Amino acid sequence: MPTPVIEVRGLTKHFGNIVALQDVSMTLMAGEVHCLLGDNGAGKSTLIRTLAGNNRPTAGEILFQGKPVAFRSPADALDLGIATVYQDLGLVPLMSVMRNFFMGREPVIDCVLFKLFRKSEARRIAREEMMKIGIDVRDVEQPIGTMSGGERQSLAIARAVYFGARVLILDEPTSALGVRQTSMVLRYVARLRNEGIGIIFITHNVRHAYAIGDRFTVLNRGRTPGTFTRAEKTRDELEEMMAGGREMADLTEHLSHDALEHL
Amino acid sequence: MSAIPKDERFTRTSLFHALMRRPEMGAVSGAVLVFLLFLLAASPTMFSARGVVNWLTVAGQLGVIAVSQCLLMIAGEFDLSVGSMIGFSGMVMALLFRFAAVPAWAAILAGIAICLCLGWLIGTIRVRSGLPSFIVTLAFLFILRGATIVSARMLNGSTMVGGMREAKNTDVVAALFGGQIGQGVCRWLADIGWLEKLPNGTPTVTGLPMIIVWCLVLGAGAAFVLAHTRFGNWIFSAGGDPRAARAVGVPVDAVKVRLFVYSAFCASVFGAAQVFEYGSADASRGELKEFESIIAAVIGGALLTGGYGSVVGALVGALIFGVVSQGFFYTGVDGDWFRIFLGCVLLGAVMFNTQVRRRVTGVY
Repeated sequence: MPTPVIEVRGLTKHFGNIVALQDVSMTLMAGEVHCLLGDNGAGKSTLIRTLAGNNRPTAGEILFQGKPVAFRSPADALDLGIATVYQDLGLVPLMSVMRNFFMGREPVIDCVLFKLFRKSEARRIAREEMMKIGIDVRDVEQPIGTMSGGERQSLAIARAVYFGARVLILDEPTSALGVRQTSMVLRYVARLRNEGIGIIFITHNVRHAYAIGDRFTVLNRGRTPGTFTRAEKTRDELEEMMAGGREMADLTEHLSHDALEHL
Repeated sequence: MSAIPKDERFTRTSLFHALMRRPEMGAVSGAVLVFLLFLLAASPTMFSARGVVNWLTVAGQLGVIAVSQCLLMIAGEFDLSVGSMIGFSGMVMALLFRFAAVPAWAAILAGIAICLCLGWLIGTIRVRSGLPSFIVTLAFLFILRGATIVSARMLNGSTMVGGMREAKNTDVVAALFGGQIGQGVCRWLADIGWLEKLPNGTPTVTGLPMIIVWCLVLGAGAAFVLAHTRFGNWIFSAGGDPRAARAVGVPVDAVKVRLFVYSAFCASVFGAAQVFEYGSADASRGELKEFESIIAAVIGGALLTGGYGSVVGALVGALIFGVVSQGFFYTGVDGDWFRIFLGCVLLGAVMFNTQVRRRVTGVY
C-alpha cells in the first residue's frame, strides 16, 4: 500500500476545557477525494485549521508522506504544498482576476527602488490557468466581484494549484453555491484528483460528498466513528452518522404531523 | 472540460464598460461639468493666463497631499494629521533657518527628515496598537498643531515667522520648492505678445510655481507605482481585504507604515513650498487640508473603506477643488458660498461613483 500524503494519528485538540477533537485518525492518499463530513460544531474547522498549520494539536501527530511534521504556522504547511481554500476564499472582490491570482506572489523584475509587476505575463498566465478549468475570462482585468460564486471558488482553487499545492483542503467549497455552480466546482475537483492531487473536501452536504468522494470520514462532536469507502456506506447511513440524519427524519415527521393538525 | 458553459457576463467588455470601470470616471465627468459651469458663469479673466495659474496653484498644492491621501485610502487608512504636518514642517524649516542660522537647504532637508520620522511613528502606532487611523491621526492632528504653535511662540514670540523671501533667489533647494519654473518661456511669450504685460513691463504670469511640478511628479510616480509595481498590488490588497492579503504573504503592516511616511513626505513638500514661496511660516498653515485632501481623493473615486481608488482621480479631484474654490471670486457670487457648493460637489460625485462602482465591480 502506498504511503498516504497525509496521515493523522490520534489527533486531539482541546481549547481550555472544551474538547474540539478527540482521538481523530484519518489518511489522505494522493489522487483521492477524502470527504470530511460533519454538522456545525463537529470539529471540521478545528481539524483543517490544524492541518493547515493554524492550530497546534494538544495530542496526536500529523505525518506528511510518512514523516511526522509539526507546523508552527500556515507558511510551514504551505511549504509542503498543503494549501487551504477557506470559505471566504482569500480573494479581494474589488481587485481584478489577474491581481487576485498573483496577490502576494507577483512575478517581478527589479527596477531601482521598486519591483515591477510583470503584468502582461501575469495576465497571460491568469487567462491560461482559468481557461484550463473551463472558465473563459476574456478580460482578466475584470474585478472578481463580477464573477459567479462557482467561478470565484474555482479561481481560488486554481490559484492554490498553480502555486504548487499537492494537497488541497477545501472548506465547504459548495455550501454557498447553486446547482450549476456546484457541478462546475465538483467537476474541477474531480479533474484535480485525476491529476494526482490529494483533496480533503469538507462539507455538511452528504449529497455533494457522495457525488465526488472516494472515502468519507464522519466527525461527530469531535469524535469520529471512522473512515468509510463508498461501498461500505450508503448516503443515508452517512447522513445518519452525522447525527443530523435521525433528527432530520424526526423533523420531517414532526412537521408533517403539525401540517396535518393545522388542516 | 471546455463543455462548462461560459458565464454570459464575461462574454463582452465594451469600450464603454471598460471606461466606466475606471475609478476616476466620476471625477473626470465632474471636472467637465465644473469647467462648463464656470466657463458660462465666471468672468473670462478666470481663464486668462493669470487666472489659470491662480487656480492651478491651489489645485497643485492640494494635489500633492491628495496623491498620498489617495494611496493611504486605497490601503484602507487615511491621515488626518496632514494639515497639521504641513504647518509643522514649515515651522520647523522656518525656525531652523531663522534661529539656528542653518542654510535654507539644510533647514528644508532637516524639516523633511523630521516629518518622515513622524510619519513612520504615526504609521507604526497605527499598525502596532490596532487603533483605527481615525483616532491615531486625529491625535497627531492636535499634537503637531500644538507643537507648531508652542515652538513658534517660545522661539519667536509670535506664531508667524517671516524673513525668508530672499532664500529662493539664493538657495537652489529653496528654489526647488518655493521658486517658479518656465520664467524664460513666460518672458518670451510676453515678448511675442501672447502673454499680457503689466504696466511695468513684467509679464502677468512670471512662471509656474514649483508646487505644480511637484504635484505632477509625485502624482505620476504614485500612479505608476500603484499600477505597475508589486508594491502597488500590495496597496490594493492591504485595503481590499487585509486578512486575505496576509494569508498570501503580503506584508500589510509594512505597506501601511510606508504609506504614512509617504503622506508625511508629501505634507512636508507642501509645507516647504509654502514657506519659501511666500517667505514666511505661520502656525495656522495647512488647517483643514486633511479634509480637503480626503475630499479630493473621494471625488477621485477612492473608497473610505479601502481597496479602490485612483491617483489620477485624486488629482482631478484636486483640480475640481482648485477651480471651485477660486472660481467663485470670478463669478461675482460671494466667496463664502464656495464651501456649500463644494460639499454638494462632493456628495454628488460620491453618489455617482458608488453607483458606477456597484454596477461595474458587482461589490455592494
